[in-house]
Amino acid sequence: MSKMHVKMNVNGKEVEGLAEPRTLLIHFLRENLNITGPHIGCETSHCGACTVDMDGKSVKSCTVFVAQAQGKDVTTVEGLVNEDGSLGVIQEMFREHHGLQCGFCTPGMITRAHRLLQENPNPTEEEIRFGMAGNLCRCTGYQNIVKSIAAAADTLNAQKEAAE
Amino acid sequence: MIPAGFEYHRPSDIASAVSILQEHGDEARVIAGGHSLIPMMKLRMADMGHLIDLQDIDALKGISLMGDTVTIGAMVTQHELITSATLANAVPIIKEAALLIADPQVRYVGTVGGNVANGDPGNDMPGLMQCLNASYELSGPDGTRTVAAREFYEAAYFTARDDEEILTRIHIPVPAAGTGYAYEKQKRKIGDYATAASAVMLRVVDGVCAEASIAMTNLADTPVFAEAASAALYGRALDDAAIGDAVSAAIEATDPVADNRGPVEFKKHVASVILRRAIDRAASRAS
Ligand SMILES: Cc1cc2nc3c(=O)[nH]c(=O)nc-3n(C[C@H](O)[C@H](O)[C@H](O)COP(=O)(O)OP(=O)(O)OC[C@H]3O[C@@H](n4cnc5c(N)ncnc54)[C@H](O)[C@@H]3O)c2cc1C
Ligand code: FES
Ligand code: FES
Repeated sequence: MSKMHVKMNVNGKEVEGLAEPRTLLIHFLRENLNITGPHIGCETSHCGACTVDMDGKSVKSCTVFVAQAQGKDVTTVEGLVNEDGSLGVIQEMFREHHGLQCGFCTPGMITRAHRLLQENPNPTEEEIRFGMAGNLCRCTGYQNIVKSIAAAADTLNAQKEAAE
Repeated sequence: MIPAGFEYHRPSDIASAVSILQEHGDEARVIAGGHSLIPMMKLRMADMGHLIDLQDIDALKGISLMGDTVTIGAMVTQHELITSATLANAVPIIKEAALLIADPQVRYVGTVGGNVANGDPGNDMPGLMQCLNASYELSGPDGTRTVAAREFYEAAYFTARDDEEILTRIHIPVPAAGTGYAYEKQKRKIGDYATAASAVMLRVVDGVCAEASIAMTNLADTPVFAEAASAALYGRALDDAAIGDAVSAAIEATDPVADNRGPVEFKKHVASVILRRAIDRAASRAS
């Protein structure tokens, strides 16, 4: 099968590459673009380690063909840092509250938490658990992940208030 | 987990999509959210030379209420079903069911059209649409036709849709005010298909059941529309005896197979528990 000329915006930059339409978005990101934040856990649409933000939705990039992502805006965990390259709020809160152990699930967790907090800036614990249900973690038992996200919500809200 | 190669098409209207289907026959397949199809392609259980992406066809999008019919475009995602104020008002059982499908990431991209067209007995929307007496609009080379959800499913992955047709819209009659509803589902974990699920709509007038509609999911190779169960409730007070008769009649209509979700007896038991819960909750919501 012939390759297609893929163009998309990843983490604010226009990128392009040649890939077969059947290439999965996760492989395009990792292998063509060297963006290795999103991980491949299961490759069967279950674990959420490959989660990226695509046009304002959390998606499992192992279940999207690169052809479907043509022309889209994609954000990965690398795109969630502050402008000066320091850790963004959600990332910092995962560090502070021990929201990770081995860290394998973390890029997916953080990218998903980013969208969850965009849609619901004041989630209850139950809403965090329901909203994060597509991301599996084999280490933490989730407790500290939930804490990290709740703390990120508080910090983001405080920042917003201070800016107003 | 790499699917076989294909040529990719992204038409912007229904007519072009149909003509690509027509040109390539069973070598072509449409893709909506891809969250049933891509897993099958990765397993090489589905492969096709041409993949037709429906994402740019605006005519397949949107939810509208006209008179007493709600129309949902095939490309409406499960996430949109959950966040639509129109649906929450007119047909709230849809949100209740959609929230029980998969996980947030899947619901952002999985579409209602893909869910009902797929023909997988594990999908939740087909039974729901049978319960609601929805109908599906299909567009093909010979024009447009409408098929009732209750007549659409023939066997696992076999439906009344012709290979050259696209499912474009779903029409749902808005239930009468005061209709009680419930979608109840038993699954092993979030992201799993149902061990058993059931959709129930009913109306109660002067203390007796004036209308009932019951459908069940993943308990046969098609959704189970349990007419005998509805008949068992009709004209009776919704007491233990009536509900017991309805549950027995519904289970009689199922034909589950043993798999990793359990043996047949277990599935029938789970089905009877969730159906009873669904009837109870629907009754408590009827006014
Ligand atoms: C981890 C996981 C868990 C899931 N759990 C559930 C669950 O609990 N319940 C549930 O119901 N579903 C579940 N799903 C399936 C999910 O809801 C799918 O998104 C849905 O079944 C299909 O919708 P789609 O838009 O992704 O369709 P696709 O995968 O794109 O298509 C599915 C099939 O329908 C055909 N098709 C699609 N759209 C049309 C159309 N407009 N006209 C004609 N044919 C069409 C395609 O050719 C294909 O054969 C799960 C999926 C995953 C990955
Ligand atoms: S790698 Fe995509 S969901 Fe697990
Ligand atoms: S921190 Fe190890 S899988 Fe989550």
